Amino acid sequence: MPVPHYRQQLLPGFRLALGCALVYLSLIVVLPLTGLAIKASQLSLAEFWQTASGERALASYRVTFGASLLAATINCFFGLIVAWILVRYSFPGKRLIDALVDLPFALPTAVAGITLATLYAENGWIGRYLEPLGLKVAFTPLGIVVALTFVSLPFVVRTLQPVLEDIEPEVEEAAASLGASRFQTFVRVLLPTILPALLTGFTLALSRSVGEYGSVIFIAGNMPLISEITPLLIISKLEQYDVVGATALATVMLAISFVLLLAVNALQWWTAHRDGRDGAGTGQP
Amino acid sequence: MIGGPPPRRANAEPRWLRHLLIGTGLGFLALFLAIPLIAVFSEALAAGWGRYLEALVDPDAQSAIRLTLIIAISVLPMNILFGIAAAWAIARFDFPGKNLLVTLIDLPFAVSPVVVGLVFLLIFGAQGIFGPWLAANDIKVVFALPGMIIVTMFITAPFVARELIPLMQAQGREEEEAALSLGASGWQMFRRVTLPNIRWGLLYGVILANARAMGEFGAVSVVSGHIRGQTNTLPLHVEILYNEYNAIGAFASASVLALLAVVTLIAKTAVEWRIRRETRVLSESPAQERPVASASRDMGASAGSLRSNPSGEWP
Repeated sequence: MPVPHYRQQLLPGFRLALGCALVYLSLIVVLPLTGLAIKASQLSLAEFWQTASGERALASYRVTFGASLLAATINCFFGLIVAWILVRYSFPGKRLIDALVDLPFALPTAVAGITLATLYAENGWIGRYLEPLGLKVAFTPLGIVVALTFVSLPFVVRTLQPVLEDIEPEVEEAAASLGASRFQTFVRVLLPTILPALLTGFTLALSRSVGEYGSVIFIAGNMPLISEITPLLIISKLEQYDVVGATALATVMLAISFVLLLAVNALQWWTAHRDGRDGAGTGQP
Repeated sequence: MIGGPPPRRANAEPRWLRHLLIGTGLGFLALFLAIPLIAVFSEALAAGWGRYLEALVDPDAQSAIRLTLIIAISVLPMNILFGIAAAWAIARFDFPGKNLLVTLIDLPFAVSPVVVGLVFLLIFGAQGIFGPWLAANDIKVVFALPGMIIVTMFITAPFVARELIPLMQAQGREEEEAALSLGASGWQMFRRVTLPNIRWGLLYGVILANARAMGEFGAVSVVSGHIRGQTNTLPLHVEILYNEYNAIGAFASASVLALLAVVTLIAKTAVEWRIRRETRVLSESPAQERPVASASRDMGASAGSLRSNPSGEWP
């Protein structure tokens, strides 16, 4: 909103507030991250490459991304269903369940980690039913998927909920009155409308999962090349006093974080852009 | 009444599909949320209340609880000041680079906690940038309390600001301008107008920041010395006991954190309802001339989805 310049001057404290915010953010966030970049730039390219593309590192990227993608996909599917039933239907305990969705944000990751490891162990509440089926979850890559599904569960639900709430009933009624079946209405009318939000939720879930550490290490088994995630590899490099290796891997992780953050921003720009020319545009077959 | 009365005939799914969707959704949530939450308490009490309480009064557990509280109490005030300052600058003024600043505030959500810990190790550790200077002056930062406080400040930096910015943008600056034109000083305006207006949003941000500050594991783990009774927070204490196969002890400490999570969810939901009710009252009041309808929707959305949507959309 364009505000005439003189009105801005009316309110006090701009310099003080911006100054405080910039100093805090610089000292706590920006300068430390710049420190990592400086450290990384001091490594020779060969040193950097040797760690960042070593066999163990490559395997850890594969495990981290594979499990994160799988978890985000699971959350897209079930998150859509959960958001849908929370917005569209009424059932007993709905408000309680709505509040429960945020549990992964409130429950410390270490607690989630040991609990999931116990539940999915051979003799655990859930593991004992999976064992006869030949499904081993705890201490395998599958356990990583379970932990990441837990920690990133709220993202898709919470990005979809407001979008689903905002859909005008007229759009669906129009589709129905033109002879579309409920399924056609969903695929041709609703899905295109919620797609940006769904993708945003997916990317947020992915971004959270890729960096996750606390909940994974207890259930993963942490075998190098098989079930070792990149953040854990950074920790084990540190424990061996291999600061160079840890720095190289952390730089890769940081770059990935930036890419995902940019992707989220781009997706949001897309969402806003669509909203801008809303109306006829979204209902288009 | 499962499924409820179909509100709009043309838009309603057949009854069997409604039941299938509700069953699938609730089954998924039960498997991933409800069962784990119940399991924490069940495991903690597996050997009875006696062993449970014994594990909690253990001196190491007590010291871990104390340290966790100290960290949260040290971090939150700074977090609140930063959040209010950032929101005031961003929501009330236009300046070049504003979008960049907003993105920077989001950055801690995107960075892996382990990387955060490592970053501060590279700065304050023995081989770090300030390492030699700190050692010469006998100041301990990493593997000690200051380092754990600093990483927690990094991790929790966005919470309060992210709640307040959309809230203050939705409220507009008219009330504050009116206060000033009636002769209030800047401080009076802030204390009598701004603060009452944002108090619920502020509380909401603080609740979330507190949960994260007390529960942070990865980042704190890197810069903590893992010294029992000294630099172990409650989540780190849980890890140590679990790795020693002391399941009762680990889950007893974990149950304290799970209780904190439950309290957080309850407080958060209560504040959300409160914000919704206030905005409803606001939008019904005829004295308001600005378009409150959209403002209240924004505020509702912020309370309902902001935390869960760390890089959510900015109005």
